Amino acid sequence: MNWLIDFFGNPANWSGPGGIPARLLEHVEFSLVALILSMIIAIPLGLLIGHTGRGAVLVVVTANAARALPTLGLVVLIVLLVGVGTTWPVLIPLVALAIPPILVNTYEGIRGVDEDLRDAAYGMGLRGGQVLMKVLVPVALPLILLGLRVAAIQVVATATVAAYVGLGGLGRYIIDGLATKDFPSTIGGAVLVAVLALIVQLAFSLLQRVMVSPGVSRRAAKAR
Amino acid sequence: MGDGEPLVRWAWIGRNWPSIQQLLVDHVIMALLPVLLGLLIALPLGLASARWRVLYQPTVGLMNVVYSLPSLAVFIVLIPVTGLAERATVIIPLTFYSLAVLIPAVVDGLEAVPDHVRQSAVAMGFGPMRRLLQVDLPIAVPVVLAGLRVATVSSISLVSVGALIGRGGLGYLFIDGWQRQFYTPIVVGIVLVVALAVLADGLLVLAQRLLTPWARARRAA
Repeated sequence: MNWLIDFFGNPANWSGPGGIPARLLEHVEFSLVALILSMIIAIPLGLLIGHTGRGAVLVVVTANAARALPTLGLVVLIVLLVGVGTTWPVLIPLVALAIPPILVNTYEGIRGVDEDLRDAAYGMGLRGGQVLMKVLVPVALPLILLGLRVAAIQVVATATVAAYVGLGGLGRYIIDGLATKDFPSTIGGAVLVAVLALIVQLAFSLLQRVMVSPGVSRRAAKAR
Repeated sequence: MGDGEPLVRWAWIGRNWPSIQQLLVDHVIMALLPVLLGLLIALPLGLASARWRVLYQPTVGLMNVVYSLPSLAVFIVLIPVTGLAERATVIIPLTFYSLAVLIPAVVDGLEAVPDHVRQSAVAMGFGPMRRLLQVDLPIAVPVVLAGLRVATVSSISLVSVGALIGRGGLGYLFIDGWQRQFYTPIVVGIVLVVALAVLADGLLVLAQRLLTPWARARRAA
C-alpha cells in the first residue's frame, strides 16, 4: 500500500513525457491503432468466410494454433527481425494477436445464424449483400462484439509486455521499475494497466447494450 | 539485423540442450499445475453455481473481471507476497485464469444434461450423489473438456510472460535471445511452447474420446 502512495503521490509522475497522463494516452493510442488495424483485416474476412463458407477449416485451425503462440516470444522475434527504432514494428505482434479472436467470432457469428432466418431474408427478396448487412450482421453482433472485447483486452495486456522491446505506454513503469528495482513504479504501473483493462471490459458491456438490437439480445441471453 | 544471421543455429541447440530441457520441465509444471488446481476448485464451485442459480451471475461476472486482468500486472502485484522469481508468483494467477474458464464450463456442462435423462435417473431410483457421479458428470464431460482445452493451451502460452519477473520456463529463452540479439533461442522457445500446447491439446482430445465412448457409438450407428 505504501508503494502505491509513493507512486501516485509523487507529483513528478503526473507531468511530462514520462508522466501518467502521457503514458496512459500512449497506451490507449497504440492499443486503439492495433485494434482498428486488426478490425480492418479480420472483420471483412470473417464476414466473407462466414457468408460464403469458403476457407472455414483454415481459419479454425490457424486460430487455434494462434492461441498457443507465446506473446512475449512473438513480440521479441518480430521486433528483432524488423528492427527497433520506430514504433510500428511493435504494432505487428499486437495486430497478429488481435486478428484471431475477431476473425473466429465474426465467422462463427455469421455461420451460426439460423438457416430459417437466412431463407426468410432471401424469400423477402433481399440480395446476398443485403442479407449479410441487414440480417446476418445484426444477429451475429453479440458474438462479433465478444471477439472484439477479447481482442481489445489482449492488446491492452500485450502492449504492456511490448514495453520490454521499447514501446511506450504504461508497460514502461513496470519494465523500467523491474530493471531499476523501483517497486513503487512497478506496482503502480501494474495497477494502472489492470484498471485500464477493467475500463475496456466495462466499455464493451455498455457498447453491447447500446448496439445489439433488443430482439437479438433477449434471444442471446436465453441461449447462454 | 539483416546481417545474414540464420533464424536457427542448430549447433546452439545441441550445446544447450540440457538447460533447454530444464526450462521445459519448469514450464510444464508451472503451466499444468494451475489447470489441475483450477479443475479441482472449479468442480465444487461449478456444482454449487448450477445448484443455486443466484450464485451463477456473480461468479461468472467476477471470473470475467479476473480474466481481463493482464497477467504481467497480476504477477507483479503478487511479488511482495510470494517473492520474485518464485514458481508460486506465476502459478497462483494462472490458477485464477483457469478458474475463470473452467467454472462457466462446469456450469454449462451440467446444464447440458437433458431434463428427461435426469428424470429417468430419478425414476430408476438414483440418489442425488449417484445421479451426479454416474449421470450428470459423464454427460457434462464434453463441455468441461472443451473448457479444459482452452485453459491448458492459454496456461502453457502465458507462463512465458513470467520470464519478465524472472520465472517463465521457456520464456527465459525469449529474454536471452533479445538481450543477445540472437534469433535461435527465441525460435526454439516459440516452437517448443506451441508444440507443448498442441501435444497437451491432443491428449485432452484423446481423453475425451476415452471418457465418452457413447459419442463414438452414436456416430458409427
